[in-house]
Amino acid sequence: MRHIISLLLENEPGALSRVVGLFSQRNYNIETLTVAPTEDPTLSRLTLTTIGQDEVIEQITKNLNKLIEVVKLVDLSESAHIERELLLVKVKATGAQRAEIKRTTDIFRGQIVDVTSSVYTIQLTGTSDKLDSFLHAIGTSSILETVRSGVTGIARGDKVLTI
Amino acid sequence: MELLSGAEMVVRFLRDEGVKYIYGYPGGALLHIYDALFKEKEVTHILVRHEQAATHMADGYARATGKAGVVLVTSGPGATNAITGIATAYMDSIPMVVISGQVPSNMVGSDAFQETDMIGVSRPIVKHSFIVKHPSEIPEVLKKAFYIAESGRPGPVVVDIPKDMGDPSQKYEYVYPKKVKLRSYSPAQRGHSGQIRKAVEMLLAAKRPVLYSGGGVIMGRAAAQLTELAQMLNLPVTNTLMGLGGYPGNDRQFLGMLGMHGSYTANLAMHHSDVILAIGARFDDRVVNGPAKFCPNAKIIHVDIDPASISKTIKADVPIVGPVDSVLAEMISIVKEIGAMPQKEVVASWWKQIEEWRGTRGLFPYDKGDGSIIKPQTVIETLYEVTKGDAYVASDVGQHQMFAAQYYRYAKPNRWINSGGLGTMGFGFPAAMGVKLNFPEADVACITGEGSIQMNIQEMSTCMQYDLPVKIVNLNNGALGMVRQWQDMQYSSRYSHSYMESLPDFVKLAEAYGHVGMRITELKDLKPKLEEAFALKDRLVFLDIAVDTSEHVYPMQIRDGAMRDMWLSKTERT
Repeated sequence: MRHIISLLLENEPGALSRVVGLFSQRNYNIETLTVAPTEDPTLSRLTLTTIGQDEVIEQITKNLNKLIEVVKLVDLSESAHIERELLLVKVKATGAQRAEIKRTTDIFRGQIVDVTSSVYTIQLTGTSDKLDSFLHAIGTSSILETVRSGVTGIARGDKVLTI
Repeated sequence: MELLSGAEMVVRFLRDEGVKYIYGYPGGALLHIYDALFKEKEVTHILVRHEQAATHMADGYARATGKAGVVLVTSGPGATNAITGIATAYMDSIPMVVISGQVPSNMVGSDAFQETDMIGVSRPIVKHSFIVKHPSEIPEVLKKAFYIAESGRPGPVVVDIPKDMGDPSQKYEYVYPKKVKLRSYSPAQRGHSGQIRKAVEMLLAAKRPVLYSGGGVIMGRAAAQLTELAQMLNLPVTNTLMGLGGYPGNDRQFLGMLGMHGSYTANLAMHHSDVILAIGARFDDRVVNGPAKFCPNAKIIHVDIDPASISKTIKADVPIVGPVDSVLAEMISIVKEIGAMPQKEVVASWWKQIEEWRGTRGLFPYDKGDGSIIKPQTVIETLYEVTKGDAYVASDVGQHQMFAAQYYRYAKPNRWINSGGLGTMGFGFPAAMGVKLNFPEADVACITGEGSIQMNIQEMSTCMQYDLPVKIVNLNNGALGMVRQWQDMQYSSRYSHSYMESLPDFVKLAEAYGHVGMRITELKDLKPKLEEAFALKDRLVFLDIAVDTSEHVYPMQIRDGAMRDMWLSKTERT
């Protein structure tokens, strides 16, 4: 099953490499990874998605917690949460395609953020599934370049991940 | 207020931390620190002949005392030579602080002379690591390193110090930090009381309980509590390779080591048990054999300071995360409070079964032969007699290690010093040196083979310099015994590269380093020569003992089988 694990990490050099190293060292799989400092500059928030059996996920969270620089950890997928990913995609847009792409973008509530005579650059946020569906709808033949931020997320309701 | 350079702070901190000995080897990146050491009176530096030996010396000290051993190595090759020793300590959860020199900070990343990314290279095999960014951080970083290394599940910590951090012309205020706080690190202080009570109730109701304990009991200083609980409930006890000495090896309730080369009795008791109390042990693959067939009827109580060790390979029914000493103490007080004991008849019938398995030939019976050739097992039994079971025994890795684990009956914790997890050949001799240095009055034996000893034999020179009269017991069978055993059992005796041809004359070699060498080829000489060697209190003696090459270590579990599936000799199996 897919899990979204989010953690607060000491914002120190080398901390990220310990997290990433753990995954390769113990043969865990890492699907997406995103990290940036929080409002407290001594802390970074790191979110990763991984796929594995429950026992493997249990070992992943235990081993992440063992890293000295990991301050706090939550498996967001264990309860209600909001999940977002940002997609930027450049597509061929000429002739009749231009209107079609614009319509599809509107349906998915994306925005065209850059335009040339032959290319649209589209911005879209949502769950990974939604981004996948959008790319499918656009069709691989017209896609020139895609970039995705990786999944980030936060728990619903009053629950907060803080120190 | 005192002003010190970074280099002086390193040395001064070690003194204030109460470190008596450090083990190391100088080099360019460390020269400021070595200059500060030159003036130091209380911290003694031991100059090894290879950095790997420095780590094993520190490790031997740590295993014998429970305190962090300290290593000092220079950048580049000094640091990489220390890697095997760091990995050895990591696998066995041994506290160690490794201070590595680094090229000056403005040259880091430039492929400078003797530059290695030590933090990167060591990352998967350390509990944590630090790089010093400013000299004024040194005391706090070092304090954190010791705290992390020694607390919780212990392990090695690397502190990488670029050369300019020690610049003698830059002085900063030095205060010894008595305490450090780490917001992201807080090892469990005690176990969950409800779980502990549940565990005790399960033990009291058990029909066929076994207590299985590991290295966590040794490093967690819980041997006394473990022994008390086991004797209170009349529990059969087995120890892992790392846990030997956690329960007195000569006691009736002790079933011997378990696992791949564990006793018939211990492995059968485990297999047939209904409740296993696992304490400070991690269900290593060399213990459980095939995990799917592991102890089919047992409920498992697992006590460990490291949550990640619990339910890693074998699912625990009652997990308890906490320090083993306090959990055991709480178990004892709950037993007292409940006031009940396991039912007498039930206990008696379980013990009757165990005694049947144990039989009359001892836990590890072997064919003593006609005496024309020395059996390696006999050497260990004789060593046990000669040292009255009271020596520190450091072992290398291979058949001799298993014989030392099986036939030397460790009565106390911290006496059996071996590389269990990583299986590092070359570990035993420097580890024995580290023990001898810190316990000069004690008998310290290094049990080794002609393969392992040659991996760090250069340290005979260090022993001469610092007067370290360890006794090297070399079980010389002229072959890499354990490799050869597997080749016998699984590769139709095709001895691919398991010979040791062109062996040196170990007697002459020992003498060349200024020590005493003895060669033993006859069984009748074994005991007198061992006695003679141990009587030479102030000399290192190298005992080169010719033993039977064809001997195998038994029992040996059959791969992917259950605990009870074992070869008992070359021809019999369960």
